[in-house]
Amino acid sequence: MKIAVPTQLVPDLVEELVIDASGSYLDPSTVRWVLNEFDDYAIEQAILLKERQGGQVTVLTQGLEGADDVLFAAAAKGADRLIKLNGDFESGVKMHALARLYLPVLQALAPDLILTGVQTHLNLDGTLGPLLAESLGIPYVGYVSGVTLADGKATVLKEYPGGLKAEMEVNLPAVLGIQSSDTPPRYVPISKIRQVMKTSKIDEEEAGEMDESGSVSIANLMQPESGEKAEMIEGDVDQVAARLVEILKEQGVL
Amino acid sequence: MVDMVALDATDRIQDDLHLRSCIQCGDCSGVCPLGYLMDFPPSKIIAEIRSETYARVIRTDSAWMCIACSACTTVCPMQIPVTINVMSRTKEELVLAGNVPPELQAALENSQRYGNPEGESPRKRADWIKGIEPAIPVFGREKRTADVLWFVGDYASFHPRVQQVTRGFARLLHLLKVDFAILGLDEVSDGDSQRLAGERGLFEYLAEKNGRAFGKYSFNRIVTTDPHAFNGMKTEYPKLGYSYPVQHYTEFLVEHLEQLKPMLCKEVKTRVTYHDPCYLGRVNKIYDAPRTLLAAIPGLTLVEMPHTRQNSLCCGGGGGGMWLDGFMWNKGHARVSEWRVGEAARTGASVLVVACPYETPRFEDAVKTTGRVEQLVVKDIIELLVEAI
Repeated sequence: MKIAVPTQLVPDLVEELVIDASGSYLDPSTVRWVLNEFDDYAIEQAILLKERQGGQVTVLTQGLEGADDVLFAAAAKGADRLIKLNGDFESGVKMHALARLYLPVLQALAPDLILTGVQTHLNLDGTLGPLLAESLGIPYVGYVSGVTLADGKATVLKEYPGGLKAEMEVNLPAVLGIQSSDTPPRYVPISKIRQVMKTSKIDEEEAGEMDESGSVSIANLMQPESGEKAEMIEGDVDQVAARLVEILKEQGVL
Repeated sequence: MVDMVALDATDRIQDDLHLRSCIQCGDCSGVCPLGYLMDFPPSKIIAEIRSETYARVIRTDSAWMCIACSACTTVCPMQIPVTINVMSRTKEELVLAGNVPPELQAALENSQRYGNPEGESPRKRADWIKGIEPAIPVFGREKRTADVLWFVGDYASFHPRVQQVTRGFARLLHLLKVDFAILGLDEVSDGDSQRLAGERGLFEYLAEKNGRAFGKYSFNRIVTTDPHAFNGMKTEYPKLGYSYPVQHYTEFLVEHLEQLKPMLCKEVKTRVTYHDPCYLGRVNKIYDAPRTLLAAIPGLTLVEMPHTRQNSLCCGGGGGGMWLDGFMWNKGHARVSEWRVGEAARTGASVLVVACPYETPRFEDAVKTTGRVEQLVVKDIIELLVEAI
């Protein structure tokens, strides 16, 4: 069983988001890149499947600052092969373009199963999973929160709104958009990561031409504007209560 | 998989010769504030190791109840370093086995990624200095040489409540005309609590980062308001090759007491009680410096709690406890900080005085959750000194 996990690095929201001079993207010098949270779950699910049923896990990511840390941490968890796709990702990449860049690498790997995070906070033009599945001509199931493998098929738990879950059978090869792994991503001690850094290697691939066709373009990016501020009611308990009742009456609630 | 890890763990810990001298008196488990909630309190862990059944310990999560307060080590008649060799070693094995409570995991991952357990942007580490007059000198920016390197620390840099104490200490340093500078964005977590929480590799990684930053500048000593940073830099950093004289701020201010005393002219007419932080008191035997500072404040009366000095009760924040509040609450509705503020209130004091950045927020929360807001306030010694100026 060969499992590939194409992941994405996204701007870390711990940092302030600064819009660049063009007004259409973030200033790359201010961005700290972090592994997309759902991709962390996709890696965990791949490792869990490998631990249960054996196989080979390949984790792929974009060649941005922090990529090596992400890949070595994945290796410390149990990933067998690490691939870094080098390209011009700093000023943002559309999903249509990213799917096309990952495609030849994935075709060469020919995995039985592709796991990817169900979404990122950068998804403007769709999500990576369905775009990959379409290009590869294989099935896609998204919002998956549990996977078991048997006889060339995957049985997946798909989540629906309203707390509904469905169990589905998918023929392999397939792409799964991972919402959550069977168990949360594990902690890897830093000593293990440092050990792995000495023994693992990262394969670097050069990304092809960026082809954004079919996607959308950003006209203007802006910070959310603050609307009307809340009214703070001053006074003692009785005064506050009286004013509150007044407001509720004004609004037609009472 | 866990069983393999547990068996390896048994092999690893068997080699600890210290543990052979244990006489199974059980004092360590008896003195442990949370031992009653552990499946395997310290003396039982030692017994399991000696009977080669340590794998059973690794299958439980009770070592996460240890707050590394060092009461067990202090009380051991055979001088076994129980906190480190038994409890933190067991936590190391739990970390290797992947048995880490999620809230602790987040703090450890944050420490790896951002250099602080809070998960704050490392670019904001020195934001607290904005607007302070006179300006706080930063190594590499204003100067490369200073008498004192002030190691600020995580909570002192990022926690809004503790920042008040940090600004107070900056004021004292300026008033005392100390030649000092901070590391600014070069500083990362001291890592000592992560070490005691079983992540030794992470501690080394952080210590190396700080050590490299220390190496870039010239200074005579490190001063910190954080007993955990103080302990790490005094005892553990030298083992990694980073050896500098280091002082907790209470020792440093006592050294400057003659200079400080004439400035303390306002009366602070309050009855206070002082909480000995574990890593200042019990572990590093600094009991008098904080009390000397309090005695220098005019009008102030110090009353002691039953648990004091070597026998002090932990705030619950050490050894990873700072990041395990939910876990501990779920285990047994236990919050050591609540017991401690109860004890403080019963002395009749109106101020619980602390000297550690973990304690101000921990005890303030405990004052609120135990409904003692009208009765007790929590202040760092620094804040009382500033009030007296």
